[in-house]
Amino acid sequence: MKNHVWRPLYVVLAVVALILVARYLYVPKDFGIGERGFMYGYHRMSNETEWKEYKVKYQSHEYCNDCHPDKIESILRSTHKVIECENCHGPAVDHPEDPPKLDIDRSRAQCLRCHARLPYPTSSRGRIKGIEPDEHNVEMECADCHNPHSPGMGV
Amino acid sequence: MKITRRDLLKMGIKAAAVASMPLTIEILTPEQVKAEIEKSDVRWGFLVDTYKCVGCGFCVKACKKENEVPYDAPVTRTWVERYVITKDGRVLADSPNGARDGFNDNRIRGEEVPENEISKAFFVPKLCNHCENPPCVQVCPVGATYSTADGVVLVDRSWCIGCGYCIMACPYGVRFFHPEHKVAEKCTFCYHRIVKGMKTACVQACPFGARQIGNLKDPNDPITKIITTQRVGVLRDEYGTKPQVYYLGLDDNVK
Ligand code: HEC
Ligand code: HEC
Ligand code: HEC
Ligand code: HEC
Repeated sequence: MKNHVWRPLYVVLAVVALILVARYLYVPKDFGIGERGFMYGYHRMSNETEWKEYKVKYQSHEYCNDCHPDKIESILRSTHKVIECENCHGPAVDHPEDPPKLDIDRSRAQCLRCHARLPYPTSSRGRIKGIEPDEHNVEMECADCHNPHSPGMGV
Repeated sequence: MKITRRDLLKMGIKAAAVASMPLTIEILTPEQVKAEIEKSDVRWGFLVDTYKCVGCGFCVKACKKENEVPYDAPVTRTWVERYVITKDGRVLADSPNGARDGFNDNRIRGEEVPENEISKAFFVPKLCNHCENPPCVQVCPVGATYSTADGVVLVDRSWCIGCGYCIMACPYGVRFFHPEHKVAEKCTFCYHRIVKGMKTACVQACPFGARQIGNLKDPNDPITKIITTQRVGVLRDEYGTKPQVYYLGLDDNVK
């Protein structure tokens, strides 16, 4: 066969070989088919571990019990017992080391998430006692009058 | 040596066949794949009870903070939609800011619907369905997104090239482009929490139990019991994606 046929072929082969070598060096060794087969499970295995080690930030109210037992006790006696502390105070992360204090959000918006009256049938929202945000003591924070840790225990 | 057109074509076909042969890929038979899948005795599934949701949006807030999704950017892994259906059959829906700050306004897209005109109104939390047949995974050109043995669809942030195919492929619109990492981003079912026996951030934040997560392979799991014994629905069943987020009280108007 003539050279002008072979030469381009060599070039192509060299390019293919180069790509394969580059691929071999570049693709991490733990790339492979996971338990879900080729179509859904093709991935870098160590990425699963990376996700598993992601930092947990929300701790739940049991975490607060040792240091703020009064708050836990009063909220558990009230109708607000269903609300996690961290919903209102933000994620504890490693509190009290980091951050040393959690947020105290006294904004009306915090309470209006549930208490702005929305007259919705077929949703439990319609059954939470609601107020009209533009009428109920507009200029003040809710916590000036209501205790968020024990609402309904007198204003 | 002389080469005919026929020879050249033959050679070409052979070369193409050799070149297209898988080099490092191990091909499993369907039986082997099935055996591999059944190795895991966990399959995470999610249950949303739309009757219980009040639209407080604490789930969205918790998700964003737990997973470091930019708080003020218009992107979120989970969101809550509000539906108001009037007596004359109009469907109004909104989700301001993904309901990060809940719903505290009667007006829906600027329109005030009088109480006596509401026929039904409710909230629907949405999140990644962690499909059994995830189309977003199929389209990834680099193998940066995948389904784990326990059924969670994850994105490999160091491998994703940010092409956005998966974002387009998801019929539920749950994927988005992470403004900081510059890769595709999605709900992980809080993989870092569930593997430690904790609940996802959104499930823990929900005061009313509208969101629940459980192991679908455990017949005694309370969530599995509800899914197997009560009337539950999934979103866009017709796509064949086999979503694993089940809804109680789903409505025809929910898209
Ligand atoms: C190991 C003990 C400890 C735990 C656990 C703990 N805290 Fe604290 N917390 C503290 C200390 C100490 C302070 C600082 C008090 C101060 O400086 O007045 C504080 C401050 C706070 C403050 C601010 C109080 C203020 O007056 O500014 C809030 C809100 C708070 N914690 C909420 C929580 C919540 C919610 C949890 C549970 C998720 C929690 N804490 C768990 C010890 C703890
Ligand atoms: C509905 C929202 C909400 C929830 C739930 C909530 N808090 Fe508070 N918390 C507040 C508000 C608002 C204040 C500020 C009260 C004030 O200024 O009078 C506050 C104040 C505090 C303070 C500091 C001030 C003080 O009174 O000593 C601590 C500590 C605290 N909360 C802990 C907790 C803990 C622990 C829980 C969970 C058991 C919890 N909170 C649940 C809204 C909430
Ligand atoms: C997650 C939703 C939610 C949030 C946020 C919330 N509440 Fe409540 N609140 C409830 C529920 C549920 C009740 C139980 C009684 C009911 O159904 O109205 C309640 C009861 C009350 C009551 C007693 C009503 C009564 O007469 O019995 C008051 C007052 C109250 N909340 C004030 C507040 C204030 C102030 C805040 C903000 C710091 C707040 N709530 C935040 C859900 C919420
Ligand atoms: C000036 C004090 C004051 C402020 C500020 C205030 N309230 Fe009230 N609130 C009251 C009084 C007084 C009542 C009536 C008490 C009762 O009937 O038991 C009441 C009743 C309520 C009720 C029960 C309504 C019902 O139908 O029984 C809720 C819920 C409530 N308030 C939530 C809020 C929220 C949320 C805010 C902030 C947006 C707020 N309040 C701000 C004084 C206040």
